[in-house]
Amino acid sequence: MSPPDPGGELRAALDAGHFVVTAEIEPPGDADPDAVARKAELLRGWVDAANITDNQGARVRMSSLAASLLAMRAGVEPVMQLTCRDRNRLALQSDLLAAGALGIPNVLLLTGDHPKAGDHPDAKPVFDLDGVQLGWAARALRDEGTLMSGREIETRPGWMIGTVENPFAPPTELRARRLAKKVAAGAEFVQTQFVFDFDLFERWMGDLRDLGVTEKCAVLAGVGPIRSLRALEFMRTVPGVVIPDEVERRLRAVPSDRVTEEGIDLCVETIKRLTEVPGVAGVHVMAIGFERGVPDIVQRAGVGPGVRGESGKGGRT
Amino acid sequence: MGYLLHALMAANAVYRRLAALVERRPRLYRWFTAGERASKEALFGCRMCGQCELPATGYTCPMTCPKQLRNGPCGGVSADGRCEVHPGLRCVWLIAYERAEASGRGADLDLLHRPVDHRERGRSSWVNYWQGRDDGLWTAFTDTDPYPPLNGAGAQEKGLTPR
Repeated sequence: MSPPDPGGELRAALDAGHFVVTAEIEPPGDADPDAVARKAELLRGWVDAANITDNQGARVRMSSLAASLLAMRAGVEPVMQLTCRDRNRLALQSDLLAAGALGIPNVLLLTGDHPKAGDHPDAKPVFDLDGVQLGWAARALRDEGTLMSGREIETRPGWMIGTVENPFAPPTELRARRLAKKVAAGAEFVQTQFVFDFDLFERWMGDLRDLGVTEKCAVLAGVGPIRSLRALEFMRTVPGVVIPDEVERRLRAVPSDRVTEEGIDLCVETIKRLTEVPGVAGVHVMAIGFERGVPDIVQRAGVGPGVRGESGKGGRT
Repeated sequence: MGYLLHALMAANAVYRRLAALVERRPRLYRWFTAGERASKEALFGCRMCGQCELPATGYTCPMTCPKQLRNGPCGGVSADGRCEVHPGLRCVWLIAYERAEASGRGADLDLLHRPVDHRERGRSSWVNYWQGRDDGLWTAFTDTDPYPPLNGAGAQEKGLTPR
């Protein structure tokens, strides 16, 4: 028996050569059955899919599997995140099978943040697999129909496999090769850390093109608005986020009541600039707690399903 | 230095017989493993995973990474190279990268490393290596074989000495 055909909109948009948009929905920290739908409502029609995060920042949230189902019910295609932090290889594979059976069209497989930085620093970190190995196991499950044990499965899942990469973290010269490795393991699309440093990003994209990675893997560049100087200060402390001085100068140069607008303008400009970079297939908008701002940002940038129908703008072809 | 040591210890028939002998005698195996632990702990901070990756990681032990990543650095390395979990430490994969590049072994970092077999924890990786059980620990991907299999390169299939 075949699993429900995931028929993913994200895959279809990528195949059609559209410049795609993904966003994020963080599941609630309680058992509220409507919280996901409320956020999905804000994004519906403006994004091709939304990541459903998995205990993001090592803080307890509703499971990404359940929240992905809630997002589907609310009309937003989920990208189910799954991390190696909280599950060993048995649990990871069983969640991947479940996602297949439920028709979740996309999974994003990561190593995950260490519990030390989260709300349960006393927890046992699992890390039975790393993110690369998890992607590898997922591909074996889907394309070869085998579990890590070697046992063959009858009904294979159909999701598309995603990964993450940070072009800005040292050793930066290795980061394109590291993504090539993830693609060899199984990744079909990648979402990046926030792009603020364009020079470094373009260098990384050049490396990817030279390695032939962009032909096998759709690159979705991470973007997001910095909405206050406090947010700027916070972002500077997030490991792996690099904010060049010119960005900081620009945000500090405007009157304090204009910082939010300036941050959003910067985000819109960044997206527009990214549409010009060869090999960039879309953007991943991380607007934590600001889902309501996403439609405005992508509309002004002229990307995503919300504008595709109207003017054809934002398509790469 | 690691590469030099490795050349001295590279698998050959003598070592294979030695490994088989050591494995047949539980007491000798314990002494042998204790010796391996002491020397590798002192040199590399070895955690005795029993499936040594040092030859492919610039002689930097990936099990000393707080996430025990066997396939390269995570995305949380700070701009000055500090570990996101223990900011007092330098990222072990950054060290691995620098050492491998400096030794002309940079291509090692492109290898795909298979998951750890946790049954081997605390056992001798030298014996495992000489017995050929480590052959499938990592694999390369190439233009002709862009998607190597996750399963399949296990020692059992090669008919090597089972334990």
